[in-house]
Amino acid sequence: MIDDLRAPAPKVPGPLRGLYGGNTRSVIARGLRVIARNNWLIVLTGFFEPVFYLLSMGLGLGALIGAVEFYGNEVPYAAYIAPALMAVSAMNGALYDSTMNVFFRLRYGKLYDQMLSTSLGPLDVALGEIALALFRGLLYATGFMAVTTLLGLNLSWTAVLAIPAALVVAFGFAAVGLAATSFMKSFQHLDMVFFVMLPMFLLSATFFPITVYPEAVQWVIMAMPLWHAVDMIRQLTTGLIQPSIWGHLAYFGVMIAVGTTAATARLKALFLR
Amino acid sequence: MISARSLTKRFGDFTAVDGIDFDIAPGESFGFLGPNGAGKSTTMRMIAATSTRTDGDLTVLGLDTNHHGPEIRAQLGIVPQGDLLDEELRVIDNLTVYGRYFGLPRAYVRRRAEDLLDFAQLREKRLSRVEGLSGGMKRRLTIARGLINNPRIMLLDEPTTGLDPQARHILWDRLFRLKEEGTTLVVTTHFMDEAEQLCDRLVVIDRGRIVTEGSPSSLIRRYSTREVLEVRFGSSRNEEAARTTAGIGDRQEVLPDRILIYADDGENALQAVLDRGLEPVTSLVRRSSLEDVFLRLTGRSLIE
Repeated sequence: MIDDLRAPAPKVPGPLRGLYGGNTRSVIARGLRVIARNNWLIVLTGFFEPVFYLLSMGLGLGALIGAVEFYGNEVPYAAYIAPALMAVSAMNGALYDSTMNVFFRLRYGKLYDQMLSTSLGPLDVALGEIALALFRGLLYATGFMAVTTLLGLNLSWTAVLAIPAALVVAFGFAAVGLAATSFMKSFQHLDMVFFVMLPMFLLSATFFPITVYPEAVQWVIMAMPLWHAVDMIRQLTTGLIQPSIWGHLAYFGVMIAVGTTAATARLKALFLR
Repeated sequence: MISARSLTKRFGDFTAVDGIDFDIAPGESFGFLGPNGAGKSTTMRMIAATSTRTDGDLTVLGLDTNHHGPEIRAQLGIVPQGDLLDEELRVIDNLTVYGRYFGLPRAYVRRRAEDLLDFAQLREKRLSRVEGLSGGMKRRLTIARGLINNPRIMLLDEPTTGLDPQARHILWDRLFRLKEEGTTLVVTTHFMDEAEQLCDRLVVIDRGRIVTEGSPSSLIRRYSTREVLEVRFGSSRNEEAARTTAGIGDRQEVLPDRILIYADDGENALQAVLDRGLEPVTSLVRRSSLEDVFLRLTGRSLIE
């Protein structure tokens, strides 16, 4: 038996002391190990969904529709919906992980009880889970970007910025998803997430401009996070960048801040009673 | 190492822990004995800094548990009630990943995990999935995992509940070895045999309060006699027989199904019962245990 090493005492100063062990890394490493030991195919299923939409609607319907107007320019239909689907894939990746997977670990696997029996704090756990969701969002977005590049649907060099933008989008959804999951008590609550995701996916200027709606409905759509994600990434892939992109970024900035704070507070309330 | 003064925990109107005091010294093996719901697990959670106290003081290794959770837990090995293992990981990964949560170097954690695998007698299960392990194996893995950070204090919440007798003895053997190596053990249990096996000193908790404190043998000496005679007359005749047995031994407890007669010589007491013309259905002379102490102190049985 070797017993020469004590665990290092986490030295985190200030108000985060007691909440944060400064070891988010180990939570991420655990998530990657689980992925490595399990079936990669399951991870990839979420990636194919938007790809199939792109192929069927973009290439199929696109042949009938032709072009769509975006900030005063005509954009081929497939190039119009591709960035929207990229935003959707970032959202899917982030939300699948931060809701379904987290819910299971929280309620059935009791994983967080275990993590919080160590020198980790709730903030380590929250940041780690968000990072893993982000990783998945990034994976989907990058894969999707590769597909759209092959199909010639990126109309400007600014399209490379769509990947960091997708990361911001994934971060926002992951943080809010994690906070929301901490309130869920049953699988029925989990269904609510998908109940919100589907209409958001279909209606947030994904497949057609929101100008088709009456003005009141447009405002509702513009309050939804996915619309901001879609418009931001579409501006980048088409090169038609507008000042409103800063507004979109700010929207996600708020989502990230609120989501992370709420998730940490909830984890603390759940486990450090 | 651990010091509590007027430690109190309330959940709304319910007071789970009601102003308890205790001190646990380095290398000591300390027990909380009491029935389910007495406040043992809540106390353990406060020591582990995973639950904040409502009132009083609690320090572990000189640090306040309400403010230094991660620092305190870095020095603790926590074995929770039931088996909380990472079901998404293999046996060996459960050890290494857990070690990394403590910020220990990867190479060190790998070596230590292999050693602990032997300690827990799980060598041949190295790459198995956790869900396929038996109850005893899971518990041993949980204990091995709790040792990955070479803790100064080991917290064991009901370590052998739900295990068969053989698995319990293997586990006690492992825990005894730890104690010999100088690890401070803090154990909660509602089994008196476990408390007698593992604890140098214990407190008896009932309804959130400490009822008494001492070593298992001193408690038995203080609150009970050397031997106990258990006689059964069948539940319908129990009360009636109790009137006749009155006066035999130092003290008697009339339970619904049997009468306990406390006496230093159980065989003598049995003879006295027979002399009074009673014919018990069964009779048993045994040594006093902590169960008898608990019964004496609270008037209730430990396992209800």
